[in-house]
Amino acid sequence: MRYLPLNDSDRRAMLAAIGVADADALFQDVPAGVLDRPIALPAHQDELSVERAFQRLAALNLAPSSVPCFLGGGLYRHHVPAAVDHLIQRGEFLTAYTPYQPELAQGTLHALFEFQTQVAMLTGMEIANASMYDGATATAEAAMMATRIAKRRRIVVSGGLHPHYGDVVATYARFHGLAVERLAGDWQGIEDAAAAVDGATACVIVQNPDVFGRIHDLTPLAETCHACGILLIAVVTEAVSLGLLRSPGEMGADIVAGEGQSLGNATSFGGPTVGLLAARETFVRQMPGRLAGATRDVDGRRGFVLTLSTREQHIRRDKATSNICTNSGLCALAFSIHVSLLGEAGMRRLAELNHARAVMAAQRLAEIPGVAVCNETFFNEFTVALPCPAAPVVEHMAAAGVLGGVPLSRLFPEDPLMTPLLLVAVTETATDEDIDRLVATLSAALQA
Amino acid sequence: MATFSGNRGLQMEQPLIFEQGSPDRTAVDLPDVPAVGDRLGGLKRQQPVGLPGLSEPEVVRHYTRLSQKNYCIDSGLYPLGSCTMKHNPRLNEKLARLPGIGDLHPLQPVSTAQGALMIIDACARWLMALTGMPAVAMSPGAGAHGEFVGMAAIRAAHEDRGDARRRVLVPESAHGTNPATAVACGYAVEPIPANRRGRVDIGRLRAALAPDVAAIMVTNPNTCGLFETDILDIAAAAHDVGAYFYCDGANFNAIVGRVRPGDLGVDAMHINLHKTFSTPHGGGGPGSGPVVLSAALAPYAPVPYVVNEGDGLSLVEYAAASDGKPCGRIKGFHGQFGMFVRALAYMMSMGSDGLKQAATDAVINANYVMARLKDVMTPSFDGPCMHEALFDDRFLKGSEITTLDFAKALIDEGYHPMTVYFPLIVPGAMLIEPTETESRQSLDRFIDVMRALAARAVAGDAERFRNAPRFTPRRRLDETSAARHPVLRWRTPAVDRAAE
Repeated sequence: MRYLPLNDSDRRAMLAAIGVADADALFQDVPAGVLDRPIALPAHQDELSVERAFQRLAALNLAPSSVPCFLGGGLYRHHVPAAVDHLIQRGEFLTAYTPYQPELAQGTLHALFEFQTQVAMLTGMEIANASMYDGATATAEAAMMATRIAKRRRIVVSGGLHPHYGDVVATYARFHGLAVERLAGDWQGIEDAAAAVDGATACVIVQNPDVFGRIHDLTPLAETCHACGILLIAVVTEAVSLGLLRSPGEMGADIVAGEGQSLGNATSFGGPTVGLLAARETFVRQMPGRLAGATRDVDGRRGFVLTLSTREQHIRRDKATSNICTNSGLCALAFSIHVSLLGEAGMRRLAELNHARAVMAAQRLAEIPGVAVCNETFFNEFTVALPCPAAPVVEHMAAAGVLGGVPLSRLFPEDPLMTPLLLVAVTETATDEDIDRLVATLSAALQA
Repeated sequence: MATFSGNRGLQMEQPLIFEQGSPDRTAVDLPDVPAVGDRLGGLKRQQPVGLPGLSEPEVVRHYTRLSQKNYCIDSGLYPLGSCTMKHNPRLNEKLARLPGIGDLHPLQPVSTAQGALMIIDACARWLMALTGMPAVAMSPGAGAHGEFVGMAAIRAAHEDRGDARRRVLVPESAHGTNPATAVACGYAVEPIPANRRGRVDIGRLRAALAPDVAAIMVTNPNTCGLFETDILDIAAAAHDVGAYFYCDGANFNAIVGRVRPGDLGVDAMHINLHKTFSTPHGGGGPGSGPVVLSAALAPYAPVPYVVNEGDGLSLVEYAAASDGKPCGRIKGFHGQFGMFVRALAYMMSMGSDGLKQAATDAVINANYVMARLKDVMTPSFDGPCMHEALFDDRFLKGSEITTLDFAKALIDEGYHPMTVYFPLIVPGAMLIEPTETESRQSLDRFIDVMRALAARAVAGDAERFRNAPRFTPRRRLDETSAARHPVLRWRTPAVDRAAE
């Protein structure tokens, strides 16, 4: 029992000090017959045995780091500098609690203040919070926030939004009694979201680049929204794109929700990741989640605290802006350290490199007979139309040791138009040889 | 006494990252960008982001110095009641980073991720066995998110029967997330007072129960650190009017391996993997909040979930593909997989015998603290506690020292304070949860300090308490001005001046 310091003589002495005969006396309030019913689970194991068990489980998976990997669709494989994982595993960060006692948590609070600043800078917004669970829940919370600000109850969701995000918005809205209008999956890039707004609309949610990889100028939509008192929520699922693309804030977004996994964090089969939430400063009191703020201590020195907690559940209870309690602290720290390592020049170059490698891959794929690249524009991810259903092709490629992309039928299972479409993400991790293998295995799979 | 540098021995002053470096420096070497033209449609960023540039040694030093301004479990006893600051095993961190685990992509073909689905499935089976419940929704991102799912499933179940119910009963001692969650699910919240023994007043509960009550939300063991002695009657009373029993599982660590919530009549309960199952708190997340469900609520579990189709495991990712009536999707992808890995590694390491011992030791440790402090502090309730010992501020009466002052004085003694002013039903509450991962020697040192502080407080040295903490990197911070004039980000000094 390597995690338990008490031994039997400790327990005996402590029970004597407590004044009871045995430990069961401390469970006297448990109703008779409920205590210690048999539970059919294995006994404890040593560290080596547990490690071996997980190695066996890991070996049953195709590890994306071991093969050419072109998977995206909301989470992206990037190279994370070794310093990130070293620093976040320092016990002072890893094993600390939420910084409710600021004098003992200046490290976490200082880092969160920097994270909030970085997120605000990257998204082109005035303020950002200390993170949400993930991009999808950040988007849903942004929508709830917009309905409180606009005091209207209808949410318009672009067909370019990641379907998981749209589903989460719909679930939150259902239980908040809000109406959601979801536009059809817009793989051709012809949607007119502005046409779907009306006088009851609180917000329009658009993703950029969208789930098909297209880049949009959100300025005209922002102008239409603002003329009608509607908030524009811009969603970013690939945070690296913010290093190269015009920021959502610059294009008129009122709230930005995003997924920060690409910076500092592993894909980890989908979680944990880090939700980003940024907004105009005037909306701060409607913002959900934790906020770190700067202040002074009694000696006049700059320090940091959690602030505006009168928005939050532990103070406001049933009147809170959200029930959210936890943020994604350690993932936010990883994001922040990666951004600090990159700096202005590194951020720009990483984004340029992603784009250039994606352009190269798109050119090569377009040369395969029967294959067409659907996108005019993209950052590091684009949609490819195949002459046959994409899902079996992806299986075929995986069997050949290439994770060749996400069949859009996996994200849009009810839309037959998606069946031949393949979403291909190309990051700085894709080498020339990886792109060669992508082209070769896709060609082979199409001939199979 | 001030030093020339502002540093004090090992305590280093550290500027913001934005106050360091220069824009052309970087800690990440990247290859040259091939000249292949762009497909950005003229939407390239025109303005710099504004980030500083630093080399790797500078960044590593920056965050190392920041880390040294934090208290953590690794460095000391962390007696935050209700938060369960137990040891975080490092094996779990190692396993979550294995190739084939940490690098898995959620949208890779499920045929190439069978081991991942087995991990989710195994974690789910452990949780169901330990709680005695037939179903579990694994995807909630944290405890409060699990509450949302449980309450959403309850509302979906009522609505499915055409039974529109409007009220949810929540004890006054509950975590703030409970009422906030009930409201997020469209319910009106009605508080239920506690009785003099720190338990739910079952008389008042019965009086409030009616056919328009959708659910009761009860924490057990409760936030006073006490087992709800009437729990079976409470569950029965709720069920009698057709209401569901939502249990806040934040304190499951006190009874894991010994009591199955399913045997108490629970219909839904979230489990904070970062409390009971040792995943790290990380300075405020990420958490993970799977919610176990009774047979009545199981059909309303959200997507996605893992199913066994004979020839392997697969994922049901969309409501339309489900046999049940899912309440929707509440998170992207498949939940906090990395936390399932850590929690499963912990459960396998501990086994059913170790988990039972952990609950027992947590309760012994809390009662030991209670027994050795009850003559100098004022316990709020009589009798044994479970995993946490609750005191109030009566022992400070007449000293002009508040609970907050007492907590801050503990900081100067090298300890993180206990939870203060929670639960709300106890004046000046001090809630101490030592957890099972503290040794007897460690508890004895802590208790000696607490006794000495209590004696000093009663002796009337109020100044010392009000001036605490004195030895931390920062002393008491002005939270009022922080909230009145929020400064939530760094700005260039020029922008800051223009704003003034």
